[in-house]
Amino acid sequence: YLIPLSSSHYPVNQTTMHRPSLSACQLILRSFGRSGGNIVASRRFASSMNVRDALNSAMREEIERDPNVFLMGEEVAQYEGAYKVSKGLWKLMGDKRVIDTPITEMGFAGLAVGAAMAGLRPICEFMTFNFSMQAIDHVINSAAKTYYMSAGDVKVPIVFRGPNGAAAGVAAQHSQDFASWYSHCPGLKVVSPWNSEDARGLLKAAIRDNDPVVCLENEMMYGVSFEVSPECESKDFLIPIGKAKIEIPGNHISLISYGKFVGLCVEAAAELAKEGIQCEVLNLRTLRPLDEEAIVKSVMKTHHVVTVESCWPQCGMGAEIAARIMESQAFDYLDAPLTRMTGADVPMPYAQALEAAALPQVADIVRVVRRTLNRAAK
Amino acid sequence: MPLSSSAIRANLLLLRGGGGLFVSSRLASSAVLSTRPYKLHKLESGPASEAQVTSDEARKYYRDMATVRRMETAAGNLYKEKAIRGFCHLYSGQEACCVGMEAVLDRNDPVITAYRAHGWTYTRGVPVKAVLSELTGRASGCAKGKGGSMHMYNHNFYGGNGIVGAQVPLGAGIAFAQKYREDKRVCVTLYGDGAANQGQVFEAFNMAKLWDLPCIFVCENNKYGMGTAVERAAASTAYYTRGDYIPGLWVDAMDVITVREATRFAKDWCLSGKGPILLEMETYRYHGHSMSDPGTSYRTREEVQSMRQMRDPIASFRQTLLTAELVAEEELKEIDQSVRKEVDEAVQAAKTNAVPDPKELYTNVYSQPPSGQPNYRIRGIDQFTWSAN
Repeated sequence: YLIPLSSSHYPVNQTTMHRPSLSACQLILRSFGRSGGNIVASRRFASSMNVRDALNSAMREEIERDPNVFLMGEEVAQYEGAYKVSKGLWKLMGDKRVIDTPITEMGFAGLAVGAAMAGLRPICEFMTFNFSMQAIDHVINSAAKTYYMSAGDVKVPIVFRGPNGAAAGVAAQHSQDFASWYSHCPGLKVVSPWNSEDARGLLKAAIRDNDPVVCLENEMMYGVSFEVSPECESKDFLIPIGKAKIEIPGNHISLISYGKFVGLCVEAAAELAKEGIQCEVLNLRTLRPLDEEAIVKSVMKTHHVVTVESCWPQCGMGAEIAARIMESQAFDYLDAPLTRMTGADVPMPYAQALEAAALPQVADIVRVVRRTLNRAAK
Repeated sequence: MPLSSSAIRANLLLLRGGGGLFVSSRLASSAVLSTRPYKLHKLESGPASEAQVTSDEARKYYRDMATVRRMETAAGNLYKEKAIRGFCHLYSGQEACCVGMEAVLDRNDPVITAYRAHGWTYTRGVPVKAVLSELTGRASGCAKGKGGSMHMYNHNFYGGNGIVGAQVPLGAGIAFAQKYREDKRVCVTLYGDGAANQGQVFEAFNMAKLWDLPCIFVCENNKYGMGTAVERAAASTAYYTRGDYIPGLWVDAMDVITVREATRFAKDWCLSGKGPILLEMETYRYHGHSMSDPGTSYRTREEVQSMRQMRDPIASFRQTLLTAELVAEEELKEIDQSVRKEVDEAVQAAKTNAVPDPKELYTNVYSQPPSGQPNYRIRGIDQFTWSAN
């Protein structure tokens, strides 16, 4: 049956405002370096912060807080980070706490895991997660499994972090989304921040966690600014690992995503709101363990679901979410099958139009939502 | 072991009463034994050519080597009886390496090795009973039966690692942590002749030397990487030189005192801030690579027999002790009997002790539940099967 779209909870004209959730609101801003941007001040918020600064401040505070925490990776110290995420840290903390490694991922990831086994708390940066494939044996066999194999004798309190997924025009070997590979493995906790609040809270929680945590960031988000709440600026601001966040509540369809693609869902939701379609945008924040409760609750409310990611379709995050919904009570509440929007099942091409066609875009999400809701294509 | 006639110095007459010990009035309480020659790489001088060994030390080394030997033999038998499953890599023949090194290390010096780890597990303080029970998958095993042959741990013993070569960067990382905390300790990182060709080993060497990490890299060269003789796998079999800019020592590791003095030299080297050092322990394994490998398709039975007869570390040490009159033959026999008893009891326990509780399937995945899911449950083989909470 058709969904009554006239009884929308939200005024149709307000495209970017959304209702406050229990935690502080966020007004989403897009300020890209090249185009400059307008920063709209809001009375409710302390300040604006981009994702890069969120990560930077999180690391700085955690290194200051705990003498066992240190950062190691390629170009993190004197170069200030390939993407400037660790800007200023080496000048402040010195050689002992911020360490440049040779270009030997397998070696330095293994070294970092060994240091964690011996009681330190390394932050091991991969310049991008594509290079983590060279070291993946250490992430899985040395880090993830050791607490279990040792029956609780040896802890591995390490964080592996870095950019994940596609950037812009970096082609096939530099564009893979590893969400599905890492979230497959027991023993790991896997988080993927979208905005600045996510970045600060999740990275701090990851560093303070006594288990190996993989933190999948996105290079394209580093320069994006968000308003952050005063709580977010606190040195002890932590986001619980394993809890998703409803960025925009809605009654008609659940858009479930993580990382950069949450932003696309938010944009699609704004566009769809103009025609009275209320999307609920669920930001997973943690990929392992998934917040299954939040997923099920959302789908039971909206009866329709679309997942959005940049992993390839087979064995991707959407596949997992589909299976979980099937297994849960939400199955009986579905009015349409789940649609998973994913990266196209090809290695990432270089040419711009091909690259754009290889990933879900806002217009694609809008089209798929209408289709799921049996609305006519525009 | 050859002894120069001037090297035998009896210091005291040892007299003891009771206990069934036959006492010779000519027993020494210590002797000076010579070490076998070393080969040096980028070192001006090497370890001592002679070493003083007390009779207490001699008894301990003998006992520890005999225990490892008997424990490994028992493990082999348990495997053939199918009480041990999966992989089982025996250390028989290599005993002088772990015992000789432990003679100089203490329990604050961490050790990490690969999968041929039972000997090290014992010298690192895990009782024979806990090793064998782990092999037979009992709850009394040192990893509660969840690790098995390749994943045994103890304080300052980081296993037991199944992936060839992976333990080497891990060991460099442990040394890194010691330097970071300014602990005056060395980390001993062992690997085999097969692992010596792994890229990550060289990556670890690079960082260890670059950052002056207090790491003793030890290549236990038993001449075969699984079924491949060293000449067929390595363009250079001079493993002690393959650290290149890291100084190295070649050690005849079929003699426990030779190993001990090399370790003393290496530990002093690292602790004096000179950075890492590499020891090649040339040794031999009597069994195949693992229990699935008879060990005779790639080497002759004559070779194995000849090593057992002419170069066995325990038999030759026994001979040395008797010749030096450090320990009486009767004492050695008593040690043998006591070891046999200990291992037999451990075998019994390994066969009869309880298996792990089924709930252990789900324990120790995380050390703490995810902060947002305090009641986190672990899924079993289907959506109806979960860990209890």
